[in-house]
Formats: sequence, C-alpha cells, structure tokens
Amino acid sequence: MGILEVKNVNKRFGGLQALGDVNLSVAENTCHAIIGPNGAGKSTLLNCLVGKLIPDTGSVMFDGQSVLGRSPHEINQMGISRVFQTPEIFGELSVMENMMIPCFARRDGAFRMHAYKDAGAERDIIDRAESVLEDLNMIDKREMTASSMSRGDKRRLEIAMCLAQEPRLLLLDEPTAGMARADTNNTIDLLKRIKAERDITIAIIEHDMHVVFSLADRITVLAQGTPLVEDTPDKIKGHPKVREAYLGEAA
Amino acid sequence: MFGLNPKDARLLIIVAIMVVAAPVLLNPFPEGSNLAQFNAGYPDLMQRFVIFGIFAIGFNILFGLTGYLSFGHAAFLGIGSYAAIWMMKLLTMNIIPGIIVSVIVAGVFSLAVGWISLRRSGIYFSILTLAFAQMCYSLAYSVLTPITGGETGLQPKVNDPRILDAATNDGVVPKTNLFGLEMTSSTEIVMGGWVFTLNAGYYVAALVMLISFYISIRIFRSPFGVMLRAVKSNQQRMNYTGLNPKPYTLAAFVISGMYAGLAGGLMVAMDTQAGADRMFWTASGEVVLMTILGGVGTLIGPVLGAGAIKYMENILSKINKDILHQWFALLPDGLEDVIVALIYPFVGKGWHLTLGLLFMLVVIFLPGGLVEGGQRIAALFKRKRKPEDARSGKSTEPAE
Ligand SMILES: Nc1ncnc2c1ncn2[C@@H]1O[C@H](COP(=O)(O)OP(=O)(O)OP(=O)(O)O)[C@@H](O)[C@H]1O
Ligand SMILES: [Mg+2]
Repeated sequence: MGILEVKNVNKRFGGLQALGDVNLSVAENTCHAIIGPNGAGKSTLLNCLVGKLIPDTGSVMFDGQSVLGRSPHEINQMGISRVFQTPEIFGELSVMENMMIPCFARRDGAFRMHAYKDAGAERDIIDRAESVLEDLNMIDKREMTASSMSRGDKRRLEIAMCLAQEPRLLLLDEPTAGMARADTNNTIDLLKRIKAERDITIAIIEHDMHVVFSLADRITVLAQGTPLVEDTPDKIKGHPKVREAYLGEAA
Repeated sequence: MFGLNPKDARLLIIVAIMVVAAPVLLNPFPEGSNLAQFNAGYPDLMQRFVIFGIFAIGFNILFGLTGYLSFGHAAFLGIGSYAAIWMMKLLTMNIIPGIIVSVIVAGVFSLAVGWISLRRSGIYFSILTLAFAQMCYSLAYSVLTPITGGETGLQPKVNDPRILDAATNDGVVPKTNLFGLEMTSSTEIVMGGWVFTLNAGYYVAALVMLISFYISIRIFRSPFGVMLRAVKSNQQRMNYTGLNPKPYTLAAFVISGMYAGLAGGLMVAMDTQAGADRMFWTASGEVVLMTILGGVGTLIGPVLGAGAIKYMENILSKINKDILHQWFALLPDGLEDVIVALIYPFVGKGWHLTLGLLFMLVVIFLPGGLVEGGQRIAALFKRKRKPEDARSGKSTEPAE
C-alpha cells in the first residue's frame, strides 16, 4: 500500500474526458514522476488530489484516509502541500511574511484568532521560517516584496513555503518550467537534497526529462487522460510505447 | 511601549498629542478675523472628526487588510446609535452602558450580515452588504417604527424610565454624562484674540478614538493581521496552505462592524438623537471615500481621510457668496465678480465638487492616499538633506 492510492478516477469537462480510469500508487518516501504531453491531464490529476476538483468517479486515499469531499485546507492539514504550475505566493507580502504563514498554519491549524500578539515576537515561527530560508539560500531576500522577485525565486519561495509545513507528500507541478538552465540545476539539487534529508514523498509533473530522470524513482506516463505505463526510469527510457507517444524517436 | 515597535509607538504618541492639542491646533485664526471661519476647533466638529475617525479605522481593518469592500457599514453605525439611545432611555444617561451595548449589538448584526455576504466576494459581496444596509434603512422607516421612531427618530424624553438614574422632577431631559461629567460641558480659554474651547465630550470621544487606534495597530501587526493581508493577496494559496480564509474574513468583518457600532454609540453620547438617515447608502459610501482618500491599508490614513472630508463638509460648505465678495472686496469690481463666480461652484453647496476633484486627484496621482502624499513629501526632504542615502532606502517598509 502506497501513501497515496488513486483508484479508477474519472473526470470529464463537458465532452472532454480529461482523466479516464486513472490508477496510481505512490510509495512512501519515493519520488514519483508523472509525465505526458500537453493536455494529458497531469494538472487535472493533481487538482483531484488537493481538493481543487472532485473526480466524477473513483477514490483518492492518502495514508488510508479518503481526501474526497474535504476542502483544500483540510487536505493540506492532512499533510499534502502543492506547488503550482504558475507560482502561487502572497505577492504583496514580504518573503518573510510569506514564510510565516505556512508556519502559522502548521502550528495553529486552519484558523486561530491571535490578534493580541505581535507577529514579530513569535520566535518559534520566525526561527522556523528563517531556517527554511537559510536552507534554500534565500535568507538575504527576507525583506523583499515577494512579487518583485524573479520567476525562479518565486518558485523557490513557493517550494520553501511548502517545506516549512513539513508535508508528508509534496506535489510539484512543473517546478522548473520557464527556468534558466542554471536555475533548473539548482532546483534539481534542492529537490534531491530534500528527498535525502527528509521523510517526504514527492510527486512531480515535469516536461524536462533531465529533471525527471535525475529525481524519479518511478515514472507514470499519462496520455489523453489515461496512464500508458508505469515503471522505473530505466525501463521507461527504453519503452517503445513511450518513445512513440511521448519522447519521440529522437530521445 | 504597550507592545508596539518603536515606529508604531511614535505614530501613536504623535496622534495622541495632536488629538489632545486639537482644540488649539484647529483654531489657528483669531476670533472675529476674516479667516475665523476656517477654524475647526469647535466641539461639534472635533467630535465628528474623532467619531468618524473611529468608523474609518474600523472600516480599514476590513477593506484595507482583506480587500473586501463593504458598502453597508453605515447600517452598523445606525444600529449602534439605536442601541445606545435605548440604553439612555431605559437605563441611564451615563454613556458607558450605551456605548458597550452599541458595540455588542452592532457586533451581533455584523456577524449575521457577514455570515451571509461573505459567501460571495468582489462586487457581489459589495452588493450584498449594500442590500442589507438599504434593507435596514427601509425597515427603520417602516415596520420597525416602534423601535426606531421612524421618521422622527429617537430622543431621550423626560418621562423615560431610566431605571438606574435618580428621578428628576424639574421637567428637563438630563444630559448625557460620564459618571456626572456632562458631555456638553466646556471650558473656554481666551488668549488675546483667540478662544479655545475644551469640551468634555470631545475628550471622551478622543480617548476612545486613541484606544481604537491602538487596537487597530495591534491587529495590523498581529499574526491575525498578517492572515488578513494574506486573504487580500492570494486566497488560493491560503487554502492550499491549510488555512481557511472564511473565518478570518468574517472576524475582520465583525471587528469592523463593532467599530462602526462604537462610532454610532459615541455619536448618540455626544448628540442625543438617532435616525434612520444615518444608515442611508451615501453614509456607507462616505466611509469608503474617507478610507481611500486617507490611504487604504495604512494605519493613520483613515483618520486623515475622515478629518479631511468632515472638514470640507463643515467648513467649505459654509462659505457663501457674501463671504467670497468680502474676501475679494479689494479687487476691482469686474475682476472681483469674475473670481467669485469662478470659486463659488467649489464652495458652499458645491463643496461636493471640491471633494470629487480632490478624490479623483488622489486616486490618480496618489493611490496610497494622503499618507502617500505625506511620505513623498517626507522623502523629498530626506533626499535634500542627505542625497547619498536616497538610493539605499528600501521601499518595502510597512506603511504607516
Ligand atoms: N477547469 C477546466 N475546465 C475545462 N477543461 C479543463 C479544465 N482544466 C483542464 N481542462 C482540460 O483538460 C485537459 C487536461 O488539462 P491539464 O491542465 O490537466 O493538462 P496538463 O497535462 O497539465 O497539460 P500541460 O502540460 O499543458 O500543463 C486539457 O484539454 C484542458 O483543456
Ligand atoms: Mg499542467
């Protein structure tokens, strides 16, 4: 039994079958990559995992509990954090404030009315936020307004925010899309390090095969909403169906 | 100091000094001089400054922090007024019970209204709050007349029960007081040509305003305040970070509703009458203008905005044609008429035109309101003093 079990999930948008009978099992403390051409339904699948979409049929179990019917914040509190395809951060807030928010969420739950305290005096929150920033080499940006940072830094901040929550499952939707080569390599190193140092399960959607083959323990290929094959990176590389459907003969 | 960082503490102290000295600061022109009508240091108007300041401070907690634009906050102010006046009729002319009850009742109402309105966001939220306020307004005029006094409104009467007060038999309505200190009592200080009026009611209201301001600073700087700004910035991210934006927004709505109720209660304490027109939609719009004019999401902005609008409403509107002619009497007749004709549309009954123009200028050129204007001027001076520092100055500091 994996920490994440997706069974027979279907999702239609009008006449379009975005997901058709998707089955997926992600083992604890592994990195599972989901690849597939544009429009294959990869983001839709993630949306079904975090409560943004509700599948038409099927079940999604996280750590033995169903996530279906729960709201996004409840699912997050179960231990699933997500990085979006376009960075979702608190643009008007400073980097430090961005980091403090997930720390509060982790400590105080979905809602707590702490209006009498000074946010700047919450030592444990600030320490935690700083240590993650430090870890990701962003501590010098702590006073910057988040929206004024580069795209790569925004993505990095979003990953930092997710890590600050110490999730058990981290979902990454194209974390290196639009990044320069150097930034991509930094992100690969970062994710490798996270994987090695923490008890964390990672599910990653990625178009960049370099990233996928550097990180993934297992790979699922999705095409037109249905999993084509699921196997180890080595097997996937040589798989004829995959070459044909996705990688192209050139790969 | 009081759990504030040095910068906020300095702001609070400056505001406190200004508020205490207001009767002098707002009366810069000697009595009887031509400019005396620009004096704003009389009790009525100063009370309005601080009371609407409270209203706007509270509104800013909702609008400035969460970005939810309520168009119905005057309803809570009106409800607070009714609650306070009933306390004065039933219990005592001491203002304390009235003010406390006005805050509580407004809080309960805003909980109900917020609960429903916050199911939607953006323009739909605004429309829902507007609908609620107009509903309250209409009800106060019609079916609720037994409670609200309908068109005549409510005033304390001689034969009201007032069970906590000692009976009076001299046939006059007792005045509102704070443990015996009457709100209307004033001391006049005459210094040369100047007359300064120190009014008990003003100082009571001012003290309440300072406390409200302090609480709002604490909220701004608290983890709760950070969450409210997160609501404004990105609700999606909030949801996927395990936070539920709804109760945060509702809490902000209720807090701002209670501030409005407090303002309504104080209004009654200073001037014992309550009527439904206080809940009309223009009154709700006014507090929006105050907040934007002063600076949305800044600490002191709403107070400045409230002051600016109330000043124009009460001072500019009193300038009539005769006064204008008097001012420009030294000019040749033809020129005098031309100038008076040019200025006249902007003053007197036309003061709204000035307000509108000012508002447009601020929104276009100073999106941060009067506070941004102040900051720019301050920056200008700083740059003149030490130009080498200008570049290193970071612009990410939280707004004052
Ligand atoms: N909310 C929605 N409403 C209607 N159709 C949608 C919605 N979300 C996705 N789709 C459609 O479902 C299909 C799968 O979309 P999805 O975003 O999951 O693809 P993807 O694999 O993430 O692609 P990409 O690599 O481009 O990000 C697409 O055809 C898309 O147009
Ligand atoms: Mg996608």
